[in-house]
Amino acid sequence: MASSSSSHLPASVFNPRRHVGVHAERVSDVASTEFPGHYPGEDHSWSLAKFKETLKVSVKRLSQRSVEFDLVGVDASIANAFRRIMLSEVPTLAIEDVFVFNNTSVIHDEVLSHRLGLIPINVDPRLFEFRQDIPLDRNTLVFRLNVTCERIKKASKDGPQYINEYVRSGDLEWVPQGEQESVFASNPPAATNKDIVLAKLRPGQTIEMELHAIKGVGKEHAKWSPVATASYRLHPLILLNPSKPVPPHLAQKFASCFSPGVVKVSPDGQVSIDERHLRKETMSREVLRHKEFEGCVELKRIRDWFIFSVESEGPYTPESLFPESIKVMRGKIASIREAAEALLADSQDLGSGSAPAASAGPDADGDVEMA
Amino acid sequence: MAQATPKIRILQGAEPDLSAATYQIHDESHTIGNALRWMIMKNPKVEFCGYSAPHPSENHINMRIQMYDGLSSLTALLEALKNLDDLCVTIDEAYTHSMQNDQYERWDEKS
Repeated sequence: MASSSSSHLPASVFNPRRHVGVHAERVSDVASTEFPGHYPGEDHSWSLAKFKETLKVSVKRLSQRSVEFDLVGVDASIANAFRRIMLSEVPTLAIEDVFVFNNTSVIHDEVLSHRLGLIPINVDPRLFEFRQDIPLDRNTLVFRLNVTCERIKKASKDGPQYINEYVRSGDLEWVPQGEQESVFASNPPAATNKDIVLAKLRPGQTIEMELHAIKGVGKEHAKWSPVATASYRLHPLILLNPSKPVPPHLAQKFASCFSPGVVKVSPDGQVSIDERHLRKETMSREVLRHKEFEGCVELKRIRDWFIFSVESEGPYTPESLFPESIKVMRGKIASIREAAEALLADSQDLGSGSAPAASAGPDADGDVEMA
Repeated sequence: MAQATPKIRILQGAEPDLSAATYQIHDESHTIGNALRWMIMKNPKVEFCGYSAPHPSENHINMRIQMYDGLSSLTALLEALKNLDDLCVTIDEAYTHSMQNDQYERWDEKS
């Protein structure tokens, strides 16, 4: 098995059942097999206590824009659910309606409107409701964009010649509606980045618009996605074969097949894996291209060790995005549960035998009717 | 517009005792489909569980559950939902704990 000179990885990492094989042109053992009935005599039924024991969440890096954390001990379906929710179901606000009063710039109304929609807005979506039909102060945020370009009189030769040459996201003026004035007094709504260029003007050109921002989710349009990226990768693992060591004269070449720092070479040409730097390995599979290293090494990934990387772009701090995704997930579970409980109550009302399916089934031709 | 689509309905062809049934869950996708399928399969009383998103323009998923011993698939579904919620709470707690107590690298990212 792998050298464990500096054992930073727990021993359970070397359990072959947790490994996904990485080969030159394919991967193997991708799916998890730990289900009841798969391994005779083993119990793989759900146990919260066991899950709590094996689950490990550990934050690795945090900046004001991004976070990297490890989620160990969950199935891919769970990790993927959170990733998908962060991308497309955590709500934010974005400009949806644009009322153009005047636009004499060279950029067309619809193109400019699209650009406006993509501006991230710094308002906490938890303070807003989804707009059903009527715009209210609880569901709509109003901005004005009123910019006219003029020539600067007596401008110096090499300085700027025009005022309002660039229309920027910072030019959006918030127009408080109803209660909003007091609610947002301390933190007035604006773009998170005030330097996004929306249009360029020349003297005499003007843009006058009213913009309505509403709450939405990324699955409807990516402008409502709160993240720049939310992704995960599996923790890499390199297993050296003790019965076929790397020849000392090739040790440097072997080390150069991996990301810097991952493989250590001792003065006498012995190679070992530096487990502290293992997560940096890009898994380029370069080592598998060389005949002389055949059988010396196996490349693996750990199936239940997810390295998440989330970049926030919008009102949420990066560290709050993952908890928000859990909240959305729990909301989904709650709504399905409510419906399932109602179904259970219905089927019990109907007595033991009569099929509860009959009333709710598809119509006569077997098609499912769309609403 | 017809009346509101129910969140869940049981498709035609289910066993009368619900020991095998297909549940059509409205307004859900692979996000909940795959996670729920995994949790249902963790139940040893479940013979089979699978789901599909039949078509991109249909806003629902179909979840098929078949049980051993004539047990109710609806009970298994409810149990899995509860377990999935417990799992979410556990992950949330672990994440919050790590965020507050662990040593991690803080760095300044230029935007």
